[in-house]
Amino acid sequence: MAVVNKTQSKPVIPPTAAVTGSSSSSTNALSDFSTSLQSTIDSYFKTLTPRLKLIDIFLAFLVVVALIQFVFVILVGNFPFNAFLGGFISTVGQFVLTVSLRLQTHSVKKEEREFEITPERALGDYVFASLILHFIIYHFIN
Amino acid sequence: MSSLTLSQRTVDNIQLFLKVTILITIAGAAISSRLFSVIRFESIIHEFDPWFNFRATKYLVSHSFYDFLNWFDDRTWYPLGRVTGGTLYPGLMVTSGAIWHALRKIGLPVDIRNICVMLAPAFSGVTAYFTYLFTSEIKDSSAGLLAGAFMGIAPGYISRSVAGSYDNEAIAITLLMASFYFWIKASKEGSVFYASWAALFYFYMVSAWGGYVFITNLVPLHVFVLILMGRYSNRLYAAYSTWYAIGTVASMQIPFVGFLPIRSNDHMAALGVFGLIQIVAFGDYIRSKVPSKKFKSVLIVAIFLIIAVGILGLFGLTYAGLIAPWTGRFYSLWDTSYAKIHIPIIASVSEHQPTAWPAFFFDTQFLIWLFPAGVYLLFQDLSNEGVFVIVYSVLCSYFAGVMVRLMLTLTPIICVAAAIAVSKLFDVYMDFSELLQSKVEVEGIKESTGAKAKKTKVTGLSIVAKLTVIVSFAFYLFLFVYHCTWVTSNAYSSPSVVLASRNPDGSQNLIDDYREAYYWLRMNTAEDAKVMAWWDYGYQIGGMADRTTLVDNNTWNNTHIATVGKAMASSEEVSYEILKEHDVDYILVIFGGLLGFSGDDLNKFLWMIRIAEGIWPDEVKERDFFTSDGQYRVDDLATDTMKNSLLYKMSFHRFTELFGHRNAVDRVRNQRITQEPDLNIVEEVYTSENWLVRIYKVKDLDNAGRDLLSASKFEKETKAGIKKRIQKRPDLDLRE
Repeated sequence: MAVVNKTQSKPVIPPTAAVTGSSSSSTNALSDFSTSLQSTIDSYFKTLTPRLKLIDIFLAFLVVVALIQFVFVILVGNFPFNAFLGGFISTVGQFVLTVSLRLQTHSVKKEEREFEITPERALGDYVFASLILHFIIYHFIN
Repeated sequence: MSSLTLSQRTVDNIQLFLKVTILITIAGAAISSRLFSVIRFESIIHEFDPWFNFRATKYLVSHSFYDFLNWFDDRTWYPLGRVTGGTLYPGLMVTSGAIWHALRKIGLPVDIRNICVMLAPAFSGVTAYFTYLFTSEIKDSSAGLLAGAFMGIAPGYISRSVAGSYDNEAIAITLLMASFYFWIKASKEGSVFYASWAALFYFYMVSAWGGYVFITNLVPLHVFVLILMGRYSNRLYAAYSTWYAIGTVASMQIPFVGFLPIRSNDHMAALGVFGLIQIVAFGDYIRSKVPSKKFKSVLIVAIFLIIAVGILGLFGLTYAGLIAPWTGRFYSLWDTSYAKIHIPIIASVSEHQPTAWPAFFFDTQFLIWLFPAGVYLLFQDLSNEGVFVIVYSVLCSYFAGVMVRLMLTLTPIICVAAAIAVSKLFDVYMDFSELLQSKVEVEGIKESTGAKAKKTKVTGLSIVAKLTVIVSFAFYLFLFVYHCTWVTSNAYSSPSVVLASRNPDGSQNLIDDYREAYYWLRMNTAEDAKVMAWWDYGYQIGGMADRTTLVDNNTWNNTHIATVGKAMASSEEVSYEILKEHDVDYILVIFGGLLGFSGDDLNKFLWMIRIAEGIWPDEVKERDFFTSDGQYRVDDLATDTMKNSLLYKMSFHRFTELFGHRNAVDRVRNQRITQEPDLNIVEEVYTSENWLVRIYKVKDLDNAGRDLLSASKFEKETKAGIKKRIQKRPDLDLRE
């Protein structure tokens, strides 16, 4: 959090200025955007644990696979449309499930936990949902 | 005192026992109140659509599942046929097929018809249970029990789920409540497990009813409203993402739905919210890392950009033809006169008409005025689940006002909201703990000061007030039960295949003309005979008479229906060509003029004309069927176009004869028929007991090559003895 506090050196824009000039507010927003992005990345690497690293690598892998499929369809054509949809949706579905798992197992402070379920339960749910998802996908791609 | 202090566990056990008993009683009440139709009439499939479902179910249990999915039905929509397996929602048939097989496995071979008849009542008990669970999640279990009880007997739901009403809605409402329950549970706990169940029930719903689009839009709308309210949480993300990812891919497994979830506009809201929640989740992650003030401007800019891009993309893709535009039924939801102008076939269906005001009271009685109170109470402590109910009720109130049949989707939420209101009321007014406490105090302390006396007086007054409220609401509840039973037994339990009337002495008289006529068709016509009738009777002819029809209640091909309409509305010469082109052997018309049955073909005639006019505006003109002063007449004042139309002739053929050629009165339209129409191209083969159904056989081409008009004219003259044919009879005497 210390990093975050240091970056907030810029003066806060008064609300009237934001209302009067839309262009100035948007440029401010953009610069805000880049600084906040930077601080996010910083804090991300600070809080990374091995377990989270595993999940995030898996997420990145899913994104790459989805992108490859998408590019392939644009280049080659979507002839077996079922197959493409099945493949694409399975990556997207697995992605959101994994993100849910990540959110459920990991929270910054223990007292701010949003989920009332234990990480073990979360993993069980994750496996259950993934099985359903892939069973349907398997059925879908014929 | 010691008897009052029960351990927490005992209380829990007693509560559980009471709940189970009450729920079983509710299910029993729900099922038994739906059996009026079986008791009054018999175990029979009702109305129109259920006959198709029944026929499809019979096909399913007599063939394999794959045969069923690949079923091409050549006995409907002659000569086109219908890809039935790919154009129906198989959930209902598969459900009853599975029950049939399961019962056979355990040694109970039940007739498939009885399973179909009893399916809707059985599922209504399950609906009551899921309504209980749903409401328990929103308020507490006492509200849940009330909601379950309301749902079990509310006429708005009974109207579509009496025994014999074997329609998609029969199980769809159960699945609707189940999906909503799991969705609420998932979004409350952020549980992937419950979200998966919500998706699975959503899949079942998709397989059962076209109304699944309602869930497809309501759940994203709930999420969207919560995001707008700043109530985004990671729980919401987990629930919605899981539901959408699994639910969408699952819904694509139904052949009829296919790729719609990514192609049609109806489903785009769900996709958009799915994209939105990813971005919001990412934004939320960033927000947890940066100070909020700085984040606000980022968020606003980002959201506006995304919405703009999304809407532009949607329009762009629609124009590029990648996404199918909204369907006509969808437009008619927003612009109530849209269908009337553009698609007469949609407007012609009676259940697509706007709801009349009394219908709301009729269908839900006192729940309708508790409904806003319940919604108000939900506004007071605005929980995430409350938002769902509010969104649901606002959306559905509108839809129910536009279309009668959507009353069905409104009823559950009316029950839920009203139950919340009533249970809140009871929470406040049934709370006698204060009284008990003060009594204990009085007994314990035995100090009778003036202040104490005053207090007991106040409690005495409050008891009266509380009792008044409780008694009056108990009375309302009693009235509600009474009303529901009355409505169910009188209004919603008629199979409409069999009509009931009263004899002058008050005894019941059943008019069974439909089945009589369909049975005649089945027994007396060739197995491949083609029967032309207005589309309303297509499913019944297919189900009961087992004959090939030209059009049926599926109404997928407007032109084909218009062709039938044109054949009915045109003069004999024109009609005959159409009939021959379509190989029609028999024509079936419904005529209520003798009985006073107002839903007959002559009253539906205007829709036939309008639908035909939509395709052939030059040949069929609605105006020609009205008299010069704009009246719809069938008597002597009727226009020539009317008198020459085939339907008119078939309806009134030999009608005057029945009255001895004078004072023939059409009892539906209260008009006097004096002239016998001149019918040449068809001949009457069957008329049912009360003249409700009349069947005509289309004459073959004349043997001598004359056109039928002159042929029958010739025959008539022969009969009347104007032209005696000189027949040279062969000598039949025995030759010697």
